Amino acid sequence: MSIELSGITKRFGAFVAVDGVDLHVETGELLALLGPSGSGKTSLLRIIAGLEAPDAGTVAFHGEDATDRHARERRVGFVFQHYALFGHLTIFENVAFGLRVRPRAHRLTDAQIRRKVTTLLELVQLDGLADRHPRELSGGQRQRIALARALAVEPRVLLLDEPFGALDARVRQELRRWLRRLHDEVRLTSVFVTHDQEEALEVADRVVVMNRGRVEQVGTPEQVYERPASAFVVEFLGGVNRLPGAAGDGRVTFARPHEFAVERTPSPAALPGRLVHGAAVGPVARLEFALDGHASTINVALTPERYRQLALRPGEVAYLTPLRRHAFATA
Amino acid sequence: MDASSTRGADVSRAHSALRQGGEPAWVRALLIGGALAFLAVFLFVPLAFVLTEALKKGLGAFVAALVEPDAMSAIRLTLLIAAIAVPLNLAFGVAAAWSVAKFEFRGKSLLVTLIDLPFSVSPVIAGLIYVLIFGLQGWLGGWLAGHDVRVIFAVPGIVLATIFVTVPFVARELIPLMQAQGTEQEEAATVLGAGGWQTFRRITLPNVKWGLLYGVILCNARAMGEFGAVSVVSGHIRGATNTLPLHVEILYNEYQFAAAFAVASLLALLALVTLALKLAIERRVGRERPLAEIRR
Repeated sequence: MSIELSGITKRFGAFVAVDGVDLHVETGELLALLGPSGSGKTSLLRIIAGLEAPDAGTVAFHGEDATDRHARERRVGFVFQHYALFGHLTIFENVAFGLRVRPRAHRLTDAQIRRKVTTLLELVQLDGLADRHPRELSGGQRQRIALARALAVEPRVLLLDEPFGALDARVRQELRRWLRRLHDEVRLTSVFVTHDQEEALEVADRVVVMNRGRVEQVGTPEQVYERPASAFVVEFLGGVNRLPGAAGDGRVTFARPHEFAVERTPSPAALPGRLVHGAAVGPVARLEFALDGHASTINVALTPERYRQLALRPGEVAYLTPLRRHAFATA
Repeated sequence: MDASSTRGADVSRAHSALRQGGEPAWVRALLIGGALAFLAVFLFVPLAFVLTEALKKGLGAFVAALVEPDAMSAIRLTLLIAAIAVPLNLAFGVAAAWSVAKFEFRGKSLLVTLIDLPFSVSPVIAGLIYVLIFGLQGWLGGWLAGHDVRVIFAVPGIVLATIFVTVPFVARELIPLMQAQGTEQEEAATVLGAGGWQTFRRITLPNVKWGLLYGVILCNARAMGEFGAVSVVSGHIRGATNTLPLHVEILYNEYQFAAAFAVASLLALLALVTLALKLAIERRVGRERPLAEIRR
């Protein structure tokens, strides 16, 4: 089931949360909405779910307009950031909720519900916990129950709001790989919101980078990383150096740490930099250079072999040649 | 005892003081003792006095004072008033708390302030308001008299005055509870396909049930015990518009002390039952939470 958004705008008072967003989510893909807080990604997700009504624009599922359809009729699965599990119900009843509230004519029998919930609990690998209450579960377990509950109603699309945001780093790593595997199994059109670029690049088929209610770029993780469309995208994806540019040409230039050649001898295009600090731990040597007349330092990543070969000491000058430049007109 | 062991004792005493919250023992004893003494003087002694006075002329006189027709009529009226006022305020309290906690709208803070109004207005004034509106000289008095409807000095007036003074109890109990819970669970239920009523019955209500019961119990206690507002609108007609508190006053003014205290002991009993229920609910709620923390 594909999702088509066109011209979506949402205001909260004077604040424009979403500003004319067009977006097409392909059937079966896992799409990440990536952006800083306040970029409109969660509002967009809630608009898709029908929890928020857009001030302008349309939402369609597989070509069928759903803009005026109530959230309860959209058949979307929504996983809330803090899970929103029903505290007074057991895990079993949490997952069964969507099945129990169906109109009597469409309701499954108790035996069917039992079978279905059991299958889902097995899918999220928590089948032993059916009789527990949400408060007795860890964060990662709650997350998976929230997912099972959303899947129980056989949604046409799955929406996840910061699915790993409330978890600690180790659980987060595990869970996002697990989510990727799960998605490959069930192939449900899914959209998740995140502010963590690493998460988006690792898990998603395509990434939508958002800034101030607008879409900055849509593309595969490789595309947004290798060919960022704007200064915002390259900076938000992180780990990048802003290079000193020719004054007054109205452009900013970036280069990633691994996109430098470092030599001891000068060459025409090279920037002279003084080594502030260097360390070779693990597979990458990280070096920090100070440039004359440039406020921020330049971070460079080399192979440990190259680092040893150069044998630079702090204070010594080397010549840095950006192998790739990402140049953008300043806004 | 040598110096080092004395210091050791000091240190351990300081530690135990810290464990208890950092105050010396005598401060704690004084505060706890003071609070208990206060309660004893102002609550327990009067309660005991009510019971002893009620039974002064023996159990027979006690029972006789309760089954006497005017007393029975007062009991019936009080139960009737509570049976009308409490469900109405239950419905209003839930509706008001729901709208304050789950929606954003203009005049929300005004609504919250208005809910508190009965707490800040003297009950006598509350009663007078209804006399001014519905009384013979009031705004609607003439019209009502023309249609042969009696509000003041009749049951409807007592119901209105009681509703007025008991408005805040359920709403005040629910608003902070519902606000703390937010709207995420309701949204989750909606996305899962639940309708408005299903969401309310299956999610919202179970989440606030103890707070709701607590509010209802307090509301009921006040509805049965209200004196000031009811006194103004009732007219004190024996066997017709006398509630229990008013009946106590009449008996007392007629120097029927044993009977007055016998009826009063019924109200005191209501207070004790209320306290017991309140305690039971608090225990229940308290037990449900920490137990889960421990098991985790």
